[in-house]
Amino acid sequence: MDLQTLTYIVVGLTFATYIGIAFWARAGSTKEFYVAGGGVNPVANGMATAADWMSAASFISMAGLIGFSYHGYGGSVFLLGWTGGYVLLAMCLAPYLRAYGKFTVPEFIGDRYYSNTARVVAVLCLLVASITYVIGQMKGIGVAFSRFLELPYEQGLTAGMVVVLIYAVMGGMKGITYTQIAQYVVLITAYTIPAIFISITLTGNPVPQLGLGSTLLADGTHLLQKLDQVVTDLGFQEYTSGPRLSTLNMFFYTMSLMIGTAGLPHVIIRFFTVPSVRDARISAGWALLFIAILYTTAPAVAGMARLNLMTTLEPVPGKYLNYDERPQWFKNWETTGLLKFEDKNDDGKIQYSADKETNEMVKIDNDILVLANPEIAKLPNWVIALVAAGGLAAALSTAAGLLLAISSAISHDLLKGVFMPRISERAELNAGRLAMTFTVLLAGYLGFNPPDFAAGTVALAFGLAASSLFPALMLGIFYKRMNTAGAVAGMLTGISLTLFYVFQHKGIMFIPETAFLGDMPPNWFFGIEPNAIGAAAALFNFAVAIVVCRFTAEPPEKVQQLVDNIRAPAAS
Amino acid sequence: MSDKQTSYWQANLRLILILLVIWFVVPFLGGIVFVEYFNQFYLGGYKLGFWIAQQGSIYLFVVLIFAYAHLMNKLDKRYSDQAADGESD
Repeated sequence: MDLQTLTYIVVGLTFATYIGIAFWARAGSTKEFYVAGGGVNPVANGMATAADWMSAASFISMAGLIGFSYHGYGGSVFLLGWTGGYVLLAMCLAPYLRAYGKFTVPEFIGDRYYSNTARVVAVLCLLVASITYVIGQMKGIGVAFSRFLELPYEQGLTAGMVVVLIYAVMGGMKGITYTQIAQYVVLITAYTIPAIFISITLTGNPVPQLGLGSTLLADGTHLLQKLDQVVTDLGFQEYTSGPRLSTLNMFFYTMSLMIGTAGLPHVIIRFFTVPSVRDARISAGWALLFIAILYTTAPAVAGMARLNLMTTLEPVPGKYLNYDERPQWFKNWETTGLLKFEDKNDDGKIQYSADKETNEMVKIDNDILVLANPEIAKLPNWVIALVAAGGLAAALSTAAGLLLAISSAISHDLLKGVFMPRISERAELNAGRLAMTFTVLLAGYLGFNPPDFAAGTVALAFGLAASSLFPALMLGIFYKRMNTAGAVAGMLTGISLTLFYVFQHKGIMFIPETAFLGDMPPNWFFGIEPNAIGAAAALFNFAVAIVVCRFTAEPPEKVQQLVDNIRAPAAS
Repeated sequence: MSDKQTSYWQANLRLILILLVIWFVVPFLGGIVFVEYFNQFYLGGYKLGFWIAQQGSIYLFVVLIFAYAHLMNKLDKRYSDQAADGESD
């Protein structure tokens, strides 16, 4: 069977499964629609959270980002940043928010700060962070379809939208939870199988995490030592050391991703679906365990695939591959534009180096590491088909989680909470479905017409969540004296500082011409790049909130009682 | 807030503080700030600092969460047993 047919069959089967689950898990009440009825098993929720969390970026792009753009060690910011946040979530947020027992993050903020203003500000922060994030997922769906099934981007995106629309609108959080569990199984299988094979081929060790620290079968040297040598020979930075920009920048970058993770509403609401506070704690552990399987495999894929690529292009030092003898996978990915060769010195050989003048591999897209990995490792076609299904599962599951966070903020916080408090449950459920449909269409529209800022969106989403929602939630739980004025001032400070720094560098809404103060040196704030500014802005948020709070009235008795209640021992 | 609740909360905060110190020290100091120092040691073919940044810290995070969940369950049990004893007196 040819690859094309096989891929259609595998992807078709997974989609049929998702829709089948959706019919089985229809939502009958708002509680089922927003929090899956609150009865999800903590291990199952951990798996759903892992799929919710790991997006197209984790699955398709991260290994390449580590292997190429961030020169190996520098990529640690993603590995640490996108896992460490779960420790904060498990100890500082999830149990108490679960104890409060409501449906959305802005709802907690509105009640804790006894103010609809605070609730609306939280909704705005949520919408900005989640919508920017969902655009990336919609693009991921379209790209995955077009690369694997050779469908036009628009058709792929439409197919993805229809599937999400069916199961998210029908099942709400309930449908999303059970499809995410299936999606986790698909994506983790698709990620680990090629990794295991490439590890066996290079080192003989079937565990990629160990393989990266082993010796090569070919010449007995350590894999990482060989990699360091190969890349430095070509003039690149050493693979296993050398920070991204500076140590301080790496520190802030990692911290921003961590607290952004803990502050992202679509992750937090997953912990509202388990039966109890104890389940919320342990479920965060399961979630991170399931995530860690991919996140500890990714650096192995990065290092091994990078080495494989380098030794394919330059089998013996100084002896370059003839362009005419390039392998089939090279030709395949050339046609997609992810790889590009330009014979600058007309010798018919591929010279790859760090020097821009002589480098002939003019384009190596980061995504190539994961996408071409099965072909480079000469794996059978069904593995390639599985990688296609895995990439789609990663994008769909994250998109669905984000869509639920957005639509519940609209129907539950804005409509029921602020504008129409007397709406019936039936009507709110319908409103939720309507909001979901609207959100899918909006996300689809933005996927069809990605705004200029789409490239920088994921970093911005993390920065915004880190600098606005995270401090407000932390202070709400751990600082009883925190009041409305402090929290609102803090959130507005954090979000404005992040937007200011990012837009100052990249232009307002990422339109380059509008980079005001454009003549300032890049990364002028202590050499911290815009992606890493969230943690610094969060510090300002904390400081402003605490100072403002000190000068304004303390919160009413009723609210202090609320804080006592969420801190109380959990019933066993 | 009752004394019992206060001491429960204090115990929780103490536990969080200890675990967060570990959460901070290992990746941020071992994997970033002092990574060059640790890179002179090896763990198999891995430089130690590099391993902490790309493998070790992630395993540690998982362990920290399960440890917290386990210890808090014990703490919850102790306080809810006390509460039950209090009622039976």
